[in-house]
Amino acid sequence: MIALKPATNLEIAVDNLHVSYAGKPALKGISFDVKRHEIFGIIGPAQSGKTTLLRCLNRTIELVPGTKVVGDVIVGGENVKRVKDVCDLRRRVGMVAPLPVGLPISIYDNVAFAPRAAGLRNKADLDVLVERCLTQAALFDEVKDRMHMLGTKLSGGQQQRLTIARALSHEPDILCLDEFSIAIDPVTTMRIEEVLKELRREMTIILVTNLVQQARRLADRTMFLWNGSIVEMGDSTLMFSEKAREQRTRDYVNGIFG
Amino acid sequence: MFQSTAYSRAKTRRELLAHYALGALAVGVTFPVILIVAYLLHEAWPLLSWDFLFANPTGGMRHGGIWPALLGTMYLVTFSLFVAAPIGVMAAIYLNEYATDNWFTRVVNLAVVNLAGVPSIVHALFGLGAFVLFAGLGRSILAASLTLGIMTLPVIVASTKEALSAVPLSFREACLNVGATRWQTIRGVVLPNSVSGILTGVILEISRAAGETAPVMFTGAVFYKMIEEGQLFGYNIMDQCMTLSMHLFTITTQVTEAPHALPFATAIVLLGTVLAFNATAIVLRVYLRTRKKW
Repeated sequence: MIALKPATNLEIAVDNLHVSYAGKPALKGISFDVKRHEIFGIIGPAQSGKTTLLRCLNRTIELVPGTKVVGDVIVGGENVKRVKDVCDLRRRVGMVAPLPVGLPISIYDNVAFAPRAAGLRNKADLDVLVERCLTQAALFDEVKDRMHMLGTKLSGGQQQRLTIARALSHEPDILCLDEFSIAIDPVTTMRIEEVLKELRREMTIILVTNLVQQARRLADRTMFLWNGSIVEMGDSTLMFSEKAREQRTRDYVNGIFG
Repeated sequence: MFQSTAYSRAKTRRELLAHYALGALAVGVTFPVILIVAYLLHEAWPLLSWDFLFANPTGGMRHGGIWPALLGTMYLVTFSLFVAAPIGVMAAIYLNEYATDNWFTRVVNLAVVNLAGVPSIVHALFGLGAFVLFAGLGRSILAASLTLGIMTLPVIVASTKEALSAVPLSFREACLNVGATRWQTIRGVVLPNSVSGILTGVILEISRAAGETAPVMFTGAVFYKMIEEGQLFGYNIMDQCMTLSMHLFTITTQVTEAPHALPFATAIVLLGTVLAFNATAIVLRVYLRTRKKW
């Protein structure tokens, strides 16, 4: 899991990225940077290309048949196109998908899956890691007495936190959260948001969210994606104020965007 | 609030009609099975005994038992299982988990589908040409097992692919997302959750092979071959053997003055053998289901 740290403080650089699914464009030439230890918010309506963008970062876009990707995505100074060990890239870029997925193995194994896949075998180390990740995902107290229960038996919100714990388990440098709070109640959402504020000391966080307020609360900078293009990008304080440059941004943030 | 309207009454009528009509048909399909088994049992009753199972045929196959045929069928089924199951399952894993959609994969899939539709007599000729003559195995248990294996292979590939694709894609994606390789994903999540379906498919297909006559007739089965008293394994793998299906064919068409109950008793044993394999599949399925995870 050793990765070469670049000299700059740029964690991600995306340059003129085009993606199309079976000829239908999903991203139409977007460019942006994400700084290290930044929380970078991405907002935008459905079908705006947010998930597609995240999938380009860890190259899971390749798993979708008929996809064409043009442009460069630099993660940690390395062009993802030229990454030889894609598993290593995916360990560096943690991904929390919008729909919770508890794997049909025990809760413990769910979290230990990635470290084991990376070669960690020591039971004591795994125990520590599993507990830490579950705690960070605000799930440990609820499941500590039934670690051998199947991950699929948890409720939707618990599975979502299990997904977060799994994404933390391989100690990523970048954590991508794709609408993580869809299935979680507001109280737990706030707890996880607190954890994210802690985590930013260790990693860069990309936060895709439908909740404009969540981006306002957490993100240092926010990007507004619409229909595969960037409408506006800037400091969150600016984006969520009346001083946003674009009328569309102001409308969307205020819930008027049709 | 809950007033019945003309539409709601019609809806209820259609629902009842669909429910009972479909139910009646479902019950109906079991009738042929029950009738066949009952008829066979009734006709075969005078002959059924342990001696019948475990004795050699005597008197030009008019008397005695069917042990050589039963043993031959079990050998053929077991060996063809060893041939077809590993190759078929592994090929299916490749096709379902690794292969991307390109012309090569499409050709392979097309070949599998078409092979599954090839009549067994054609497989028999292939087995005769490839294993008996070209490979020089002669007419033997080995050649016949290989032929049966080739015949069951495409169906095993198809049923295994079916079982694999029943595992939700989201599981695979979740594993790949955390940096697991394809193989780690297959081992960790896909196989444990499809193994019951895979095994069921394999065993059902193999049990179908037990009843096949044509492929073994050309490649290894004989009219009559006695098993010496006290021989542990009965046959050598390079021997020819008797099989139940072939035996049934012989005593009904070639042997005159066989007792009336003999073919029926043979059919019952064949049916019992197939059902025993299916029962294994059911037991395995139930056992593995209890460990099914979602």
